[in-house]
Amino acid sequence: MPTTINDLKKIVNSGLTTNVIKSEINFGQLYLDIDFKDIISTILFLKTNDKCRFKQLIDITAVDFPNRESRFKIVYLLLSHENNLRVIVNTNIEDKKIVPSLTKIFPSANWMEREVFDMYGISFKDHPDLRRILTDYGFEGYPLRKDFPLTGHTEVRYSEDKKKVVSEPVKLDQEYRNFDFESPWEGTKYIHKETEKNKIENK
Amino acid sequence: MGTKKKNINLNFGPQHPAAHGVLRLILELDGEVVEKIDPHIGLLHRGTEKLIEHKTYTQAVPYFDRLDYVAPMNQEHAFALAVEKLLDISVPIRGQYIRVMFCEIGRILSHLLNITTQALDVGALTPSLWGFEERETLMTFYERVSGSRLHANYFRPGGVHRDLPMGLTDDILLFCDSFPKIIDDLESLLTDNRIFKQRNVDIGIVTKQEALDYSFSGVMLRGSGVPWDLRKSQPYECYKDFDFKIPIGKNGDCYDRYLCRIEEMRESNKIIKESIKKMPTGPVKSIDGKITPPKRKDIKTSMEALIHHFKLFSEGFRVPKGEIYTCVEAPKGEFGVYLISDGSNKPYKCKIRAPGFSHLQAMDYLLKGHMLADVPAVLGSLDIVFGEVDR
Repeated sequence: MPTTINDLKKIVNSGLTTNVIKSEINFGQLYLDIDFKDIISTILFLKTNDKCRFKQLIDITAVDFPNRESRFKIVYLLLSHENNLRVIVNTNIEDKKIVPSLTKIFPSANWMEREVFDMYGISFKDHPDLRRILTDYGFEGYPLRKDFPLTGHTEVRYSEDKKKVVSEPVKLDQEYRNFDFESPWEGTKYIHKETEKNKIENK
Repeated sequence: MGTKKKNINLNFGPQHPAAHGVLRLILELDGEVVEKIDPHIGLLHRGTEKLIEHKTYTQAVPYFDRLDYVAPMNQEHAFALAVEKLLDISVPIRGQYIRVMFCEIGRILSHLLNITTQALDVGALTPSLWGFEERETLMTFYERVSGSRLHANYFRPGGVHRDLPMGLTDDILLFCDSFPKIIDDLESLLTDNRIFKQRNVDIGIVTKQEALDYSFSGVMLRGSGVPWDLRKSQPYECYKDFDFKIPIGKNGDCYDRYLCRIEEMRESNKIIKESIKKMPTGPVKSIDGKITPPKRKDIKTSMEALIHHFKLFSEGFRVPKGEIYTCVEAPKGEFGVYLISDGSNKPYKCKIRAPGFSHLQAMDYLLKGHMLADVPAVLGSLDIVFGEVDR
């Protein structure tokens, strides 16, 4: 009999016991929060347990929260064909922490982890081939981090003098404009500030 | 004196007609046998995910057209579904039918391109000439409904941009009636063609287990005999209402994948026909004025509609906090969007799960021990489009 999402939650909680920090069901998918030290054991459990059978790794990605103590959240998306279920495993890590690699369990984790490394600069332990993947040869910085500017740091052009493509710091004719339309019906923020100030002065 | 054997390193692409875009392969060859392949991707990387973080939800939709640019609307669909689920709104039934119809048109578009260019890679020119003519017809349907042949920006969170123009369904029905004949013609050129079979049968075999391990999806998975199609197994939109079959391959080689695609086109054709026959009348997008823009007519007469229009196209709408993964069965496999909203009008994070990325990753293992001439054949059957691999 196929496992339902509620059964799965119970199985995972009883099978992994203390590893699971939080588990909840949203949109028909199970969200698990675990400690990053338990990644390998958790994923192995989900893959090999008879009731779970998450045989396919769909994707690995990370999210940057610059203001949090543990800056990055790594997200593993798994799919079970037999049970027709999806699980999303989240784990929080601090900057410069090294995460265990999943390449031994899922060969497809190879490029996915390379992409996370390329975009966020998160390193993976025991990864066979941790190189940049999507960005240009010789690229510097980690583009999907929130502190990386949208325009980037360098731009390339063909130099007629040097007869080759050269990369230079970005020169913008006009500053990048980030319009803040987030000022709906309640009125704009600066007006709020002004009225607050007036209130205090009037007192 | 023995001669010393040395492996040759060969650079394939990024400017190569059989590379299907901007793929660069570093091949290590022992004579003509491939020892190792190292694909270098990212030459078409445009930072889509970064750009989406800086755009409102409505402005993010066109970026999805530019991922897999041979079946644009299927990508928009995944994003629209994700946003709708977070907003907890539903699409009116007519809107759903229109979406299904255009998704299947997209599937035919993509499979036509893939089959014919794969044939081109192994030496058959004619199929591409025949196939592209049909693609052109299908793209005029895109154009008539959205104004552009490729980058449609037609599926929006909450429904579709506007209703079908007069007479479009009749023309699509006409196309559907003539299309099975076209597939037959294509098949008569390829299916029993000796050269085509020599180049594809038993080439690039993927077993069931390997297909799972390497995160394959779509035809790559079904070609190896795994009955898995998101339209059936996790039905989204109104796919439950339709009667269609999922073709499954047996051997998992390039030839089986080709046969799967041919059959899928026939099924898609049926779905399009059925969707037109069953299509109800009614609105095509959610009537929630805070999410979908008002009608042009209303803007002229109603102050509220005018304000809504202005706010929707400047500020956009706000999406409640949450994280979600939604996926659709795109022509190439499971196309997913992992979205995190922080409650503002822009996505906090939008990860795009492209099927081609996982498929291309398996190149090394798929081609180890094959001949150099098999590289384009396998590459063709992987169905790679660089827009989505590089993002």
